[in-house]
This record gives sequence, C-alpha cells and structure tokens, in this order.
Amino acid sequence: MLDATSILPLTVDAVAFAGDGRLLLEPNSFVIPAGGLTVLLGPNGAGKSLTLRLCHGLLNPSRGAVRWADAQGGQRAARRQAKRHAMVFQKPIMLRRSVEANIAHALAASGAGSPERKARTAQALARFGLTERAAQPARLLSGGEQQRLAIARAWALRPELLFLDEPTSQLDPAATRQIEELLSALVAEGITVVMSTHDLGQARRLADRVLFLHRGRLVEDAPATSFFAGPQSAEARAFLAGELLW
Amino acid sequence: MEVGAVFQAAFALVVGLDPDFLGIVGLSLRVTLTAVAVAALVGLPLGAALALARFPGRSAIIVCLNALMGLPPVVAGLAVFLLLSRSGPLGPLGLLFTPTAMIIAQIILVLPIVIALTRQVIEDLWGEYRDHLRSVGLEGSRAIPTLLWDGRFSLATALLAGFGRASAEVGAVLIVGGNIAGYTRTMTTAITLETSKGDLPLALGLGIVLLSLTLAINAIAFGASRIGARYAG
Repeated sequence: MLDATSILPLTVDAVAFAGDGRLLLEPNSFVIPAGGLTVLLGPNGAGKSLTLRLCHGLLNPSRGAVRWADAQGGQRAARRQAKRHAMVFQKPIMLRRSVEANIAHALAASGAGSPERKARTAQALARFGLTERAAQPARLLSGGEQQRLAIARAWALRPELLFLDEPTSQLDPAATRQIEELLSALVAEGITVVMSTHDLGQARRLADRVLFLHRGRLVEDAPATSFFAGPQSAEARAFLAGELLW
Repeated sequence: MEVGAVFQAAFALVVGLDPDFLGIVGLSLRVTLTAVAVAALVGLPLGAALALARFPGRSAIIVCLNALMGLPPVVAGLAVFLLLSRSGPLGPLGLLFTPTAMIIAQIILVLPIVIALTRQVIEDLWGEYRDHLRSVGLEGSRAIPTLLWDGRFSLATALLAGFGRASAEVGAVLIVGGNIAGYTRTMTTAITLETSKGDLPLALGLGIVLLSLTLAINAIAFGASRIGARYAG
C-alpha cells in the first residue's frame, strides 16, 4: 500500500447542510472509528443520504467540517484520502460497458496502471462471483447483480471505508439477503462500512452501531444492541414501533 | 424526353459508373465527410465541455447554438464568401471557389448541430453518472472521455444528422464553390444546374444517389441506436 497511516477515525464535526434556503441537516457530530458496520437509520427524508454524501465529499457542508485522521498535508493528501473511501448508491450506476470494463474504469480513474488494473479487476470479479459475467454489458444484469457489481467495483479500489446508500432498497428479498451476506463478509475482512437504511430488519441483522436520524437531526448514537433493546428518544421508540412515518 | 426515358437514362448513369458522374459524387462525399470529421473533432469535446461547465452566459450560448442548427445554408455561404473573397480578411489565402472553401462553409453548418446535440446527450448522461464519476474522482474535463465513450451510440446519431444536413444543402457550396465543372461541382449544385439546363437524366441520377445516401444514413442511425440498446441497455 502507498501509506500505512489510516484515514480513520472519521470525525464529523457539527456538519450542517442547507439547500434552497432550508436547513436540511442540522449540525450533527459523530465519529466513525475503524471497523464494524454502522447503520444510519431513519425514515425517508431524515437526512441519511445527505449525511453519507457529505462524508464522502460529494457535497460540501454549509457549516462544520468532515475530517479524516490523516489530515495533514494539502491537496495531495486530500486526494489520497478520497481514494481510500468509496461509495455505492441506491440505484446502481452502471457505465454502458461490460462488467469487467466497469471495474477497470474505476481503477483507471484512481490511477492504477494497466497490469495492476487487469489483476485487480480479475480479483474483484472472482471475489464477487462475477467472472462468468465479465464480458456482458453491465446494464443488462439483474438488479441484484448490478448492485453486486457496484460493490465489487468499490471493493476493487481497496477502500478502508465503504459508504452504501440504501443498497438493497430496490432489490427483492433473495438479492437483499445476498448483498447483506456480502457486507458482513466485507466487515469481517476489515473494511469499515457505513450504510443507510430505512429497513428495520436489515438494521437489526447487520448493525454494530446505529445512528438514528430524524428530520435532519442525529437523535441517537448507540451500539445496536442497546438501541434495539431500549431506545432513549421518543422518536426512535416510535420508529421502532412502526409509528413514525416521516 | 418523356419520364420513362429520363429514368432509364438516369439509371444508366448510376449503373454505368460514368467518370464525370462519379467525380461529382466523389467530391460531394469528400467535402461533406471532411466537414463532418472536422466538426466532430471540434464539436464533440466542445459540446461535452458545454454540458459540464457552468458560467454566466451559458444559457445564451445554448440558445444561439440551437438557433444556428437552423442557419440557412445560403447565409453560411454568404458569410464564408465575405471572409474568403479577394478583399475579405482571408482573401490572400485564395481559397474562394475551391473545395476547401466548401468544406469550411459546411463545417459552419454542421458544427452547431454537433455541439448542440452533444451538449444534450452528455448533459443527460452526466445527470445519470454524476455521483459515481465524482465518487471515483472524475470531475470536470476529466469526466469528458468517459462520457463521450459511453454516449457513443447517441453521438453517432448526432454526427449522422450533421452529415445529412451537409450532404443535402446546396446554398453554401454553390456560393463559395462556384459550381465549377470537374472542380467544385457537387451533387446538389449539379442537380440545380442540370435541372435548369434541362439535362434531366444527370439531375435525376444524382438525385437517386442522394436519396440512397439519405436512406443509408437513416438505416445506420437506426442500427446504431438498436445496437446501443442491445449492448448498453
């Protein structure tokens, strides 16, 4: 690897976001240490996607700061950090190319040379069971396979931290189960995972820690077991009871 | 001549591979293909850049480009004529009434089409790809090669639209080329001249070739979008 220093913990320091003159995300603070799977939980419109995008750097906070541990240094360090966290989106974004080329393209964008690109693409295809599909157009895969490819593509970049925005919300139960197993395996591999979901069952199955958001505010930040056993806030209690719809 | 005989003579020209006839078709293709190639080389990256860039006056430029797609060929011809005429700014180059002048005029006709259609295609594609491309660090001009490649099937249609416009127009090439036999006579200028002279078989023969060309362009455009749909989804 290029550098041994970790980009984690990630510190989100009073990050707020306003759009169209409306405060969409209140100043929230939390820390993501290395390891484990953190779930951003909350109803639709709670600010989960927004929080992930701010962390990944797709949006700039209106106030506050997103800080990585390896924060010294100028732009070069920032670019290096950016390469060490990846993101998978709710609707898989597939380039109009083959499965293989989708992975190779992301590697090329990150600056991998040709022989390395080939090796790492093959590795990712094998790791995610996509070798047989390598030459097929990515956009003709099933929804579950597309999301698997999106994760394989992110994995090929060797991220320390992987963000996933509602990765299974458009999938059927079987594909959802497959993706969940994949994510657990990634965590076991040592990749830190932060994902959003509004699916309670999924949060129960996967989460080590829960960040519960409601209307742009971080209401609770607790280990998953204690969150599900005894939520502290009225909002979380209502959400767990299925009463909090938005 | 009666109509039947005209058609017969026209087909004889097309099938007989008459050298004059072939010269005219060849020059037309050379002028138009060169113009489209130059317009593609310039227009594809420029259209993509326009799709991604945000700057004051951008909307005005887009409106102007869209308007220029309908630029009357004679006006484009007039502009190039003024530019290249003996007393014009580029007069000393001596390009007026040469194939090069015709290529320049057709570039002016095709370029707005290529830029405007590319802008539309790339902007839509960027809307779809934005999150992923930014996530892997491709922003601004670094995203352009990816977007052009992934938009290849739609962009092929844009180029064919440009080719169709250039191969069918007569006003611009007539003004700046001068319709000189064996030198700047294209299919469209020849049809204009021969019809008024009454040499209908030649005019009709060229018309048949032009029509077949248009048909072929549309078949290719249709094929490209079908292949695109099958391959890219």
